[in-house]
Amino acid sequence: MINNHEILETIKMITDEHLDIRTVTMGISLLDCADSSLDKICTNVYDKITKKAENLVKTAEDIEARYGIPIINKRISVTPASLVCAASKDASSYVAYAKALDKAAKEVGVNFIGGFSALCQKGTTESDIKLINSIPEALSETDIVCSSVNVGSTKAGINMDIVRKMGEVIKQAAHLTQDSDGFACAKLVVFANAVEDNPFMAGAFHGTGEAETVINVGVSGPGVVKAALENVKGADFGVVAETIKKTAFKITRMGQLVAKEASDALGVPFGIVDLSLAPTPAVGDSVAYILEEMGLEKCGTHGTTAALALLNDAVKKGGVMASSYVGGLSGAFIPVSEDAGMIAAAKCGALTLEKLEAMTCVCSVGLDMICVPGDTTAETISAIIADEAAIGMINNKTTAVRIIPAPGKKVGDVVEFGGLLGSGPVMKTSPYSSYDFIMRGGRIPAPIHSLRN
Amino acid sequence: MKAIITVVGNDKVGIIARVSKILAEENINILDISQTIMQNMFTMIMLVDVSEIKVNFNEISDILDALGKELDLSIKIQHENIFNSMHRI
Repeated sequence: MINNHEILETIKMITDEHLDIRTVTMGISLLDCADSSLDKICTNVYDKITKKAENLVKTAEDIEARYGIPIINKRISVTPASLVCAASKDASSYVAYAKALDKAAKEVGVNFIGGFSALCQKGTTESDIKLINSIPEALSETDIVCSSVNVGSTKAGINMDIVRKMGEVIKQAAHLTQDSDGFACAKLVVFANAVEDNPFMAGAFHGTGEAETVINVGVSGPGVVKAALENVKGADFGVVAETIKKTAFKITRMGQLVAKEASDALGVPFGIVDLSLAPTPAVGDSVAYILEEMGLEKCGTHGTTAALALLNDAVKKGGVMASSYVGGLSGAFIPVSEDAGMIAAAKCGALTLEKLEAMTCVCSVGLDMICVPGDTTAETISAIIADEAAIGMINNKTTAVRIIPAPGKKVGDVVEFGGLLGSGPVMKTSPYSSYDFIMRGGRIPAPIHSLRN
Repeated sequence: MKAIITVVGNDKVGIIARVSKILAEENINILDISQTIMQNMFTMIMLVDVSEIKVNFNEISDILDALGKELDLSIKIQHENIFNSMHRI
């Protein structure tokens, strides 16, 4: 029998410390929706998504009520669009496809749908190019479609032609949504080493190695970790790591329970639990505050990278035993605009782009929800992407760039996105040019340690 | 199916009576009950059997939530598995 102390601990985590399930994401393969006509593909994907995910939201809400744990997002990830649409030789743009995804996702009531994606780490197909050219318009004309492009991997190197292209795509997406400060860019991720079972947006897609449908779950709980660390003030790092591990274990067990329940109720196989600590702009739900609780005056000061490395590793060690299948991105997220502590640190100048880049070497993902001045050039954005992709490629990890060159905004301005996306202070980029570097094009070869066979 | 009901808030006359009345009406059997004062807060924990429940689980949750608001307390009902999975391997 569970004792009262344990019961109250769980209740306190949920009511006071923002413990929640961040997302239940249903992955759906759309490979069988392919056709030579784009119109037919759109009909097929709409029909398939609305059928497969018909009960997703209702099931998640039932689980929420039964266990009294909030499930913040219900989402869908689908097969990369460049594969599904490849046979449609009649189409010059895939914007209509994005609209079909948007309509289907709204019909079933999910918060986001991800998979307007292309995997171009080594080269591009004609379909990849059509998709990438469609991204700015697709994201500005839909509401809940998310897009991602993989531009590099440890095995393949970095496709610098697409890195250059993505700088232009991001600028164009920002321009088309200038009335909302370039909001389209918040729905676009540029990856290196993208994973096929990530439940988190904006980078979720359903990989080709996945089952027909699958349930993946992302947990959250920076507030719980922060609260646990408040009880070990001044203790050495062994104690800090142990405390984080124990907390991560408990958080992940929630994810495992919800994933199992959702999978049983929907009759869909359970894929993975993603161990990432995902922050929200709510006070008390911040990864930055965990780092500050370890003894840093402000997130971004010297010592931040070490603190984040410890946090990221301890979260994995604690979480891995709590779930039968762990996957996705699994680490600490550091999206600047979505984390109250990061926002504060960036506003006061403690957290800079350079420091964030260093932090991305030791945590999951990368430069996430970064606002830069509206006049930042496409080549500078491409160069930022290249730097992140290089970190991912060399370190055998996923890295990503979700950057918003907010039209008309200058360093020090604040961009308001609202909701879970929060608000981002516009950060300074280097004033020096990367133009000639980016214009070279071609591929950066895979690193020597990719030759493992 | 077993569930845990927790009541947390300022102590007052009739809390247990009001909660038990609802449980009896909905055919929920109380298996165990304990109460204590923690950090000046009245805390009651009940283990209940909801297998013979008359309405669905969501409705019970809403009814208890409404009673909580009326009495200015937090009243929650949760399937016991959430606690088992978090605290037991």
